Amino acid sequence: MPKFEPVLLANIGKQDSHTLKVYEASGGYGTLRKALKDMSPSAVVDVVKSSNLRGRGGAGFPTGLKWTFLPKDHPGPIYMCINADESEPATFNNRILMEDDPHQVIEGSILSCFATRATTAYIYLRYEYPVALERLQRAIDECYAAGYLGKNILGSDFSLDIYLHRGAAAYICGEETGLIESLEGKRAWPRIKPPFPAVEGVFRKPTVVNNIETVCCVRHIVDRGAEWFKSMGTPANPDNPRDAGSYGPKLYCISGHVNKPGCYEAPLGLTCRELIEEFGGGVWKGRRAKAAVPGGISMGVLSAEELDTRLDFDGPGRVDCLGLGTAAVTVMDETVSMIDFLHNTCRFFAHESCGQCTPCREGTHWALQMMDRMRAGHGRLRDLDLLLEIGDTIGIMPGTTICGLADGAAWPIKNAIRKFRGEFEEYIKRTNPTGYMVTEAVPALPVVQLH
Amino acid sequence: MSERVLTDEMVAAIKAYFPRYPTRQAVTLPALHIVNEKLRHVPLQAVVEIAELLELAPAQVQDTLSFYGLFKQDEPHGEHRAWVCRSISCALRGGEEVLDHLCKSAGIRPGETTADAKLTIEYAECLGVCEFAPAILDGTRTLKNMTIESADAYLAELGVRTKTNGEPTG
Ligand SMILES: Cc1cc2nc3c(=O)[nH]c(=O)nc-3n(C[C@H](O)[C@H](O)[C@H](O)COP(=O)(O)O)c2cc1C
Ligand code: SF4
Ligand code: FES
Repeated sequence: MPKFEPVLLANIGKQDSHTLKVYEASGGYGTLRKALKDMSPSAVVDVVKSSNLRGRGGAGFPTGLKWTFLPKDHPGPIYMCINADESEPATFNNRILMEDDPHQVIEGSILSCFATRATTAYIYLRYEYPVALERLQRAIDECYAAGYLGKNILGSDFSLDIYLHRGAAAYICGEETGLIESLEGKRAWPRIKPPFPAVEGVFRKPTVVNNIETVCCVRHIVDRGAEWFKSMGTPANPDNPRDAGSYGPKLYCISGHVNKPGCYEAPLGLTCRELIEEFGGGVWKGRRAKAAVPGGISMGVLSAEELDTRLDFDGPGRVDCLGLGTAAVTVMDETVSMIDFLHNTCRFFAHESCGQCTPCREGTHWALQMMDRMRAGHGRLRDLDLLLEIGDTIGIMPGTTICGLADGAAWPIKNAIRKFRGEFEEYIKRTNPTGYMVTEAVPALPVVQLH
Repeated sequence: MSERVLTDEMVAAIKAYFPRYPTRQAVTLPALHIVNEKLRHVPLQAVVEIAELLELAPAQVQDTLSFYGLFKQDEPHGEHRAWVCRSISCALRGGEEVLDHLCKSAGIRPGETTADAKLTIEYAECLGVCEFAPAILDGTRTLKNMTIESADAYLAELGVRTKTNGEPTG
């Protein structure tokens, strides 16, 4: 295989990579120019569809297919929401794209709007990214001045406005319908689907929600074609009828106990071990990896024996994880207690549950209370089954909640306890030698520092 | 009637957002940000005035405000507001110890402000800078790879009184 040349990170590291001048010097906006001159919107949809691009925001839904769900011949307006809420713990690839190559983001966004006939796009940006805010705003201003945005872009009959919309520190705004509600000025309570946003989204109009990295991929697919995109990655798993293959370049984040934490680009299908060893510089302090989160904490956890899992849309599911998620790996060395890991994830989801669905609101809080109690030396073996009961019953998959946050809360619980049960049992017996067998109700401890 | 808290400048900044959205309600978050940046909190009177501008019931604005973790209402946050990450990649590299140390040194709990109004400490979930864990966000500045020592240096830089250089103001 020829050596992989970075695509999405190609400009990053160049001096002033965030400016229009530098972006144009490496061919920037040439793709847009070409598309507006030679392609129809449906031709752009077609090339994205045949590239098999799947969304990079976490769910992996085929992008071209999503675009075809928009009603035909709609009088408009159609809205595009670019999801830059990036709040899944351990994920920072969108931030790097926005801070260091904002024009790539904007060109991809304009092309995606052209394809979907959207005339207004909102970039929903998480509050915690002030540098991205400044760089994107500057890039947008430069684009208006250069005629890449506004009325009759580059003399065509396509017009587009892009606005930045700043979030206010809530993870749930990353869920596409939570994002839409938040954009409308309301609390970010996700909506029941259907109707899907493509039919009725923001301001009750057809809406496409796409991730920052997804629209960046669009820019390169339109430039280099579907076959080029499909020359990278892994084909569909014939044993999994729901797998549509994993193609193209991907930004992998790695953090935690490695020597070189960072964001690295590789064709989809890298194994977790390759990411740790070849990019992350190996586990720190000469230690061994005990476990790793495969794609943001919502995806669950890999044991040391599962590190050869391929990080593509099919791989993590083969070892009972939820999926690829954001392809953000967190490595835990042999000194980490899985009790601490699970406590940390339970605290996150209890804090971020929007509170709308009872199973999620109550389940995440009870899970945290049990983990608090366990860490305080009051754990009981029975708690493990209670935790698993929560894990097995909250989420879209069992059908009890409105959005996928609850599935994300459930997965670390299920994976950690099923893959590391021995460690949990040993911990409970050691820290609660007189009470670990108790099965009747015990009082909860006050939860500290939740809200 | 209470005294108005939105200045003409704030009102103009809020109105500048109107053309961006087909509804006034969509300007709620931008308006809250505008007020919060100036006043470091959004008092109830500001909610009433924002509602008036956006042609909403105050309860609608209040409902949105109270959903998000960002806007304080009772009193302004400090001159600095440090968001200390406690999520997994930071926790694995000592983030919770840094948070604990900052709080103890400054004599406050997360969410509170020092008496001299210099610093508010907040815990945060993943700040999206995990390659620099443990991390803190203060305004537009990211403090990277924090240690107990660099946390002390940060407090000293801000001039926050701590147990080691006098009494914490609490
Ligand atoms: C709880 C939750 C949080 C999410 N957070 C994000 C996020 O921060 N960024 C993102 O792009 N997608 C996020 N998603 C996925 C979005 O709902 C949606 O699938 C995605 O933005 C679609 O874009 P894509 O098809 O380009 O990936 C989240 C989903 C859930 C259930
Ligand atoms: S599953 Fe949880 S986060 Fe999602 S809508 Fe229901 S309560 Fe809110
Ligand atoms: S976990 Fe702390 S910045 Fe991501």
